[in-house]
Amino acid sequence: MDAGLLAQFVANGLMLGMMYALVAVGFTLFFGVLDVIKFSHGDVLTVGAFTGYSVYLGLKLLGAANPWLQVAAVILVACAAMGLLGALIARYLVMPLKSAPPLNVLLVTLMLGTVLRESVRLFYPDGANPKRFPRLLPTDAVALGDFNLRLDSVLLFLGGLAVIVAIHMLINRSKLGLAIRAVAQDEETARTMGINFSLVVLVTFALGSAAAAFAGVMNGLYYNEINFGMGLWLGVIGFSAAIVGGLGNIYGAILGGFLFAALQTVGAVALPFASAYKDVFAFAVVIAIMAWRPTGLIAEKSSERV
Amino acid sequence: MSAAPRTPLWPGIAAAALVTAFAVAFMWAENEWEVIGVLAAAVVATLVARRTGWLAPAARAFEMREPAMNRVALAALLVFVGFFHDDHFPLLMVGTVLIYFTVCLGLTIQFGYAGVVNFAAAAFLGTGCYTAAVLAAHSALPHLALIAIGGAIAALVGSILILPVLRTRGHYAAVVTIAFGLLFKTFLEVNDTLGGPQGLKLPSMTLLGMKFNDNFSVGGVEFSFYMHYVLAALGLAVLAFAVTRRLERSWIGVSLDAIRLDETASACFGIHIARWKIVAFTLGNFMAGAAGALYALMLGFIAPTSFTFGDSLVMVSIVLLGGIGNPWGAALAAAIVVVLPEKLQLIQEYRFLLYAVMVILVLLYRPEGLLPRPLRSYLPGWRPR
Repeated sequence: MDAGLLAQFVANGLMLGMMYALVAVGFTLFFGVLDVIKFSHGDVLTVGAFTGYSVYLGLKLLGAANPWLQVAAVILVACAAMGLLGALIARYLVMPLKSAPPLNVLLVTLMLGTVLRESVRLFYPDGANPKRFPRLLPTDAVALGDFNLRLDSVLLFLGGLAVIVAIHMLINRSKLGLAIRAVAQDEETARTMGINFSLVVLVTFALGSAAAAFAGVMNGLYYNEINFGMGLWLGVIGFSAAIVGGLGNIYGAILGGFLFAALQTVGAVALPFASAYKDVFAFAVVIAIMAWRPTGLIAEKSSERV
Repeated sequence: MSAAPRTPLWPGIAAAALVTAFAVAFMWAENEWEVIGVLAAAVVATLVARRTGWLAPAARAFEMREPAMNRVALAALLVFVGFFHDDHFPLLMVGTVLIYFTVCLGLTIQFGYAGVVNFAAAAFLGTGCYTAAVLAAHSALPHLALIAIGGAIAALVGSILILPVLRTRGHYAAVVTIAFGLLFKTFLEVNDTLGGPQGLKLPSMTLLGMKFNDNFSVGGVEFSFYMHYVLAALGLAVLAFAVTRRLERSWIGVSLDAIRLDETASACFGIHIARWKIVAFTLGNFMAGAAGALYALMLGFIAPTSFTFGDSLVMVSIVLLGGIGNPWGAALAAAIVVVLPEKLQLIQEYRFLLYAVMVILVLLYRPEGLLPRPLRSYLPGWRPR
């Protein structure tokens, strides 16, 4: 294998890993504050990508042709709208079911994901067909031997990194982050310390959903295509990544995201005769990891109260 | 023994007759408005019956006189099938409902009784389908054996998942089966020996020299060839139903319920948790696989698009809608979920959306389902005073 091709694989894997990590961070945040899995997360991502696409179309209609302005508007509107959607879902679907069996929450949000996905397919104009997402970022490339490093990939990667670092800073360095961590650790004690529990939960869900919207727009800008089913796939992968890393642990989610991308890339490289099996390989490894470390690589700290 | 009078059977028979009449009217309805009219009539009738308390005697008949009522239900189904004996479409639908019902009985054992989540029911159904397709094309095994082999292979494939499913819990167990469901469909799509996205074709099922894909006549009455498959699926469903019912009533069922409700406590009482989880998981997968083998033979053609994650979710929805742990509920819900979109072409396009909304509403407002699971009755006819 020559170096250029290898570098191409690594770059692609890093890009994928960043997207997975962004989705996985959302799952792990939700699990942290409410101990629930919100399975509609992936489909929130889809809706975010389609919102971004609509914003682009709207701007084009208005005649705003500056690509930087377009990118900024697409990302801002998509993140804000999905943050709102995430908070609404938390308020009206997840919080009422707080004391129900965990399986019920999982099912409700799975079904909500189906509702979102099908709504995009049925009610978005021509939503059943893939949409061409525009190339808004500069595509200048630096050629290093066989390896083409495109500027837009670098920018997207840095953007994703910035979002993850920002979330990290928010969680660990701010007062709001302190409240989120307190709620995640012990809800009742946090309440007695005067933390507004519902507000913290809503903000956390908004934060995670906005990160998913960013991942959705990033996916659209990178592959130049969005479709109604993209979120299901990314959601399941993000969920697996969060689980493999260990739920409730933000570093675990990031680790899991990059690990999953690495598995897919290794699957594509190491099984050259059957690179079509890369997803089969990746999911098989996820199942194997679950058998080996039942609560993820960075184990969830918990003991059962009887 | 007490001298209490036996619960009368006639309310149950009357209910079964009414449901059959309704089902026939529903099948006969030609255009959308007739279908909607029949549906509305049924909903109104059910609500009125609940209000006036006429539903209670029928429910009691089902509960107290179970063996007799099982026969009544079977007879009702046969009467219904008899009405449409030369009509392909209704018979195909009845067959499909019976297949789904069998799969959902498997799911009932898995997460209705033992609490083992399985979001890959469609994958196990698909394992049975592909096993039947491959064996029918490349071997001379009798087709009846294919059904058992399909179930066995599904159980075998499921045994790969036993270790991760046993070691994990809750969300972690869910991800194992979800990952398997996605893996399965992707595998089918990229595997060329299994037909890839184009799928596989199956020959006609034959049993003792009888070709299942030929129409036949008995005593001058023409029957649709689907009648063969309906009767085969009915046999399979009855078998699965009997197993589920007996399992539930036995001490095994009590152990499974205990494990679902509290693992720690049941372990303290000496229940072997791993053993019964394995039994429930394997038995459920066997049922799904056996149903799948027959399904493939009935359809004559299978493709990966029938075994998506969405289909697994539909099966979970059936179990939830019907009422977790109640086989009759699964039967009712399977009929609604399979037949409704076929008859109402209007909603065919929107069916996944509608199911999803329906399940959300059920979970929010009626978590026990349409027909909640009744209290376990240890002695037939015994009732708490």
